[in-house]
Order: sequence, then C-alpha cells, then structure tokens
Amino acid sequence: MLSFDFTNKIALVTGGNGGIGSAIAKLFLEASATVVCVDLKKPENPLENCHYFEADVSSFDSVENCISQVIEKFGKIDFLINNAGISRDSVVWKMSENDWNSVLDVNLKGAFNFIRQVSPHFKTSGFGKIVNVSSINGMRGKFGLANYSASKAGLIGLTKTVAKELGKFNVNVNAVAPGIVGTNLVKKLPENILAKALTETVLNRFAEPEDVAKAILFLCSDFARHITGEVIKVDGGQYI
Amino acid sequence: MMNQNLKDKVAVVTGSTRGIGKAIALELAQAGAKIVVTGTNEAKLKSSLEEIQATGTEAIAIKCNVADFNEAKMLIEESVKAFGRIDILVNNAGITRDNLIVRLTEEDWDSVIEVNLKGVFNCTKAVTRTMMKQRYGKIINITSVVGVSGNGGQSNYSASKAGIIGFSKSLAKELATRNINVNCIAPGFIETDMTAELGNSEALLASIPLGRTGKSTEIAKAVGFLSSPDSDYITGQVLHVDGGMVM
Repeated sequence: MLSFDFTNKIALVTGGNGGIGSAIAKLFLEASATVVCVDLKKPENPLENCHYFEADVSSFDSVENCISQVIEKFGKIDFLINNAGISRDSVVWKMSENDWNSVLDVNLKGAFNFIRQVSPHFKTSGFGKIVNVSSINGMRGKFGLANYSASKAGLIGLTKTVAKELGKFNVNVNAVAPGIVGTNLVKKLPENILAKALTETVLNRFAEPEDVAKAILFLCSDFARHITGEVIKVDGGQYI
Repeated sequence: MMNQNLKDKVAVVTGSTRGIGKAIALELAQAGAKIVVTGTNEAKLKSSLEEIQATGTEAIAIKCNVADFNEAKMLIEESVKAFGRIDILVNNAGITRDNLIVRLTEEDWDSVIEVNLKGVFNCTKAVTRTMMKQRYGKIINITSVVGVSGNGGQSNYSASKAGIIGFSKSLAKELATRNINVNCIAPGFIETDMTAELGNSEALLASIPLGRTGKSTEIAKAVGFLSSPDSDYITGQVLHVDGGMVM
C-alpha cells in the first residue's frame, strides 16, 4: 500500500460510524492523522484514539456548533471528508415527500453545511482538502434511486463549483464515486441483487470499504496536489 | 406554416411566465400543442397566457409554486381535469441566489434547492401515474452547463442543476418500459432577465466557441425536438445548447 504520513493533520469524517466512514477513520489513524468523526451518536465500538463529536449533518446550526467545537479543541481542520449519507429507495411514483427530503438533507445539504463552516478556516490557513463521497448511481442514475441519485449528482456539481471557488486558496476539492461496497449493510441485501451487481463489475468483486478509503487518502495527500474538481470512481468497472 | 407535429398533445411548462419558459411554451404552442402556463407571478401569468393563446392553440394558466409538494400535485390534477391528459412536462422553473460559498446563507441554499431540484421532483412525481396510464410521455428537465462544470459563485445553483441530471437518469430507467422519455437540456449563457445583470464581457464571449450568447428561442427549439416523435429513441440524455461552451 502507498504509505501516507499525515502527522499533525486533522481529518474530519462525517458519517464516521458506518462501514465506509469507520474504514476512512481507521486508515487516517494508521497514517498518523488526528481524526475527528461526526455522526448522530457516538458508536458502540469506538476506534481507539479517534475523537467523536455528535451532530446532525442536515442541520445548519448543529454543524455550525460542531465546527466551532472542533476548531476550539484542535485549532484547525486540514481534511474534510463528506461521507455521511443515507438512502430511502422507492420508485418515483410512490416516493413520499419525506423520503425525498431526508435523503437530500443528509446527503447534499449535509455536505453544504460542512463546507460552508469549514471553508472560511481553509481560506485563512491557505490549505485544505475536501473529498465528497458521491456514487456511480449519481452519475448513471438507477431504478428506485431518484432521491439518492439526485443527491449524489448534486454533490458533483457542488464539488466542481467549490473547487473553482477555493482553488486560489490552495484548497483541493474532489469527489469519489464508489460502486457497490461490501459493508455489513450491503451484505444483508438479497442474494440476487448482490449477484447482479457482481456481474456488472469488471474486476468480479465488490469494493472493500478500505478501497474507498484509500482513494480518499490519496486525494488528501501530496500525490494528488494537482488534482481538483475531479471525480474518481471506485467501482471495479461497474460503470465505464 | 409551422410544422404541427405536436397537434393534440398537451404540454405543461413550469416557469413559463417569462424567459426560457415562455419561449418554450410559445414554441410548443406553435407546433400545435395545448399548453398549461404556470408560474408564481399572476400578472405575468395573464400576459403570457394571452401571448400563447394568440398562436391559435388552447391554453390555460395555473398559478403554482413548484417548490410546494401539494401545489405541484394540484397543478397536474387541474391540468388533467382541463385537457384529459399530459403528454409533455417541461420542468423549467428555476431561480438563482448567487454567492461565494464562504458567504452563502442557509436561506440562499435552501431556496435554490427547493425550487430548482425539489420542484422537479414534485412536478415529475405528480405527473408520473398519468403518463404511465397513457403509456406515453416526454419529460424534459432544464438543467444548465454549470450543473455539468460548476461555476464560481453558484454552488447552490450548480448543485441543484447537477442533481437534476442524476434524477433524470434514474427516471429514464424507471419509466422507459412505459414509453416515457426523460431527458435534460443544458443551456449555456442565454439572454434573459435572469442573466441581464451579468453583461457580455469579452472574457465571457471568448469562452463560447460560437462567439455569442444564446436566445431563449434556441433553447425552445431543442425542447421542441425532445417533445416530438422525432426523438422517440432518445432517453436519459443531456443535450447541451450552449454554443460549445462546455464540451
């Protein structure tokens, strides 16, 4: 594996409790970063040395409060990973207003809330990396995912604009777009759905959460210093 | 005389009180379609309706704020009551609240996402069952080149317009078996009230290969094509009408 050294860097990961979020946190810790995980509640099995903050990413005020606390405690933030995301699948003709609102609020507005609070600090310090976790289903659309794909596609538009706005302050803003990732949640899906997704991949396997995390660490590293406004798919070739 | 290839078709065009929306409504009217004009400004609704009726087609006006789930539902119900069917839905209503991300307020964010993206969901969801029963429909969503490429000062707008693209592709996949086509048009820099303040700087024109800004009628022509049987095999696509600005 590429060796990253993020000593003295502060990484903030939203949705830090889930499969992908905890993998991201774990790898940042292995790279010697100070890691702040944000989720609705502290997890049952917290990672050693990881700092946990509670916030509702969909609430502008909750996030404002959270970032104040983080800055007060650590003095700065270097990496913002907008990973928090939910799904409420439904065909559009049955999709409730609540299904729509909740997914857009967590997945898209949540990212805006964090970027809005962290960007002034990035501007002042003249350094920052933002990585938004989108999805190939935002890029290609998918049956039953009208709300999710709208939110994940919206994240890409947001990524590109913020890349253009913060570039002159030495801030890189990118997105990763995973395909199907073998988290505990995903493994509970019906066998036939998993089998179908597998045949879509060219590499004939699902992503491990670490595959997504590694791409994110890469984007935060000096190896990617000239990459901004980019979307890196981590999908085993599901969508080419 | 204009090609009447949309004769007997019924079209709902959101945000058709001015600008691109009005041009679209006029284009479809001239092609023979019955039109539902809609927007939030009552005075402009009236004048827009008159212009469209002057083309000789049947048209009605319904006041609607597409950001409101129930108002959008009412819009579609009233349209079906009036004309019996809806063949074409053009989700054009959209606003801007530009600002740099460091200064963008929560209200700036919410209002743009609500009208531009949730509004598309609201109207599309409301019309879907009708189109499914008809086993026919054309849904055309107006995105923007900045949804594809981003634009400084428009993080909310570009997020909403990019979101429309993801949504449209999902819809295209869900509704294809019912003979419903879902596509996007991505306008570039078009001369309307919305862009009037921006001016025509040399730098801007230099970024457009065709060397000029676009007209609302040019967007309307593209919508006309996607509304017609000529585009029956096109779905899930984003058609740029931008003078080559974003390739």
